[in-house]
Amino acid sequence: MSTASYTYAVARPFNPTQAAGIVGVDGAAIHLVRHQDLVAVVSPLAPAEADETALRARLETLSELEVIARAHHRVVAAVAACTPTLPFRLATVHRTDDRVAQLLRREYRRFRETLDRFAGRVEVGVKIYVQHAGASAGMSVAEKTDGSGSARAGRDYLRNRREQRDRRQHAWRRATTAAEQMDAVLAGLAVDRRQHRTQSAELSAAPGENVFNAAYLVDAGRAEELAARAQRLGAENPHVTIEITGPWPPYSFADSEEGT
Amino acid sequence: MIESDRMMEWHGRQGASTNLADILERVLDKGLIIAGDIKINLLDIELLTIKLRLLVASVDKAKAMGIDWWERDPALSQPRPRQLAAENARLRKQIRALQTATLGARR
Repeated sequence: MSTASYTYAVARPFNPTQAAGIVGVDGAAIHLVRHQDLVAVVSPLAPAEADETALRARLETLSELEVIARAHHRVVAAVAACTPTLPFRLATVHRTDDRVAQLLRREYRRFRETLDRFAGRVEVGVKIYVQHAGASAGMSVAEKTDGSGSARAGRDYLRNRREQRDRRQHAWRRATTAAEQMDAVLAGLAVDRRQHRTQSAELSAAPGENVFNAAYLVDAGRAEELAARAQRLGAENPHVTIEITGPWPPYSFADSEEGT
Repeated sequence: MIESDRMMEWHGRQGASTNLADILERVLDKGLIIAGDIKINLLDIELLTIKLRLLVASVDKAKAMGIDWWERDPALSQPRPRQLAAENARLRKQIRALQTATLGARR
């Protein structure tokens, strides 16, 4: 049994020396599969790793998933730094390079159109967080009065919890309004936008609660401007924190059907 | 105008330090879906994505939709059950205190 072909992306041809030394999943060196003026970026995957059960087991382990996801992203980002690149979803595996070439032939027109759209453009991520200052204030009052044996303690506790909840909701609404206003401005600078799900703090170790998460496809020459604009709008609003990520390869815009 | 140095610096952030949530969000949930030869059973990868999506998605929103299974899934929620247990204990104490006070007032 021979190795399979892990496929990272389709791209416009580029000078392969620019991608020399880039390793992909499991430390395998990447190579290119060509068809006319398209290339697929591929690395060999050992036969033992290239079956459904083995691959799925790895992807279901968060630590393994992280290693594979980072390797996938490393390759896509390196290629996207040289040439227009259409990123594939994680764990796209073909039996052979010939099968990859068949894919390029079959989807040639679609790939070309998408790559034309991506030429000279990058994705910029913008996230907005709200801080929940005083989230523990209600607790400490409750703890102070805890066990004092009076009905007042219970009432105070409940009132504190209610106030805490109202503060949270108020902060959330205020941040959401700020996000809508910022989004309108940033969308004006971009050629396309996608809204993502907000992230939980568990995976992102983020500064507060994420209330807005979006990606903008922008001309590379305007990426700095968009980032600076977002930072400025964020700085004007004391209630929110802004996080800019990127520039990314245009992952969020790869599936043209995907709406916002 | 782009200052190339700052752009490089910006690119430089895309290293090992890039937030895992941001990467997973893109490589698992975005990127073009191509039906490869080695198929990860689509339903299963979707289930996996849903599991991870819930980690990535706002916990509050998921809760609002009544989805809270991860609170009972020990693999996904180490700190939460303890927080809940602590809060339960605190509430029980409050109830006892209230009961005592009410009984005391009746006597």
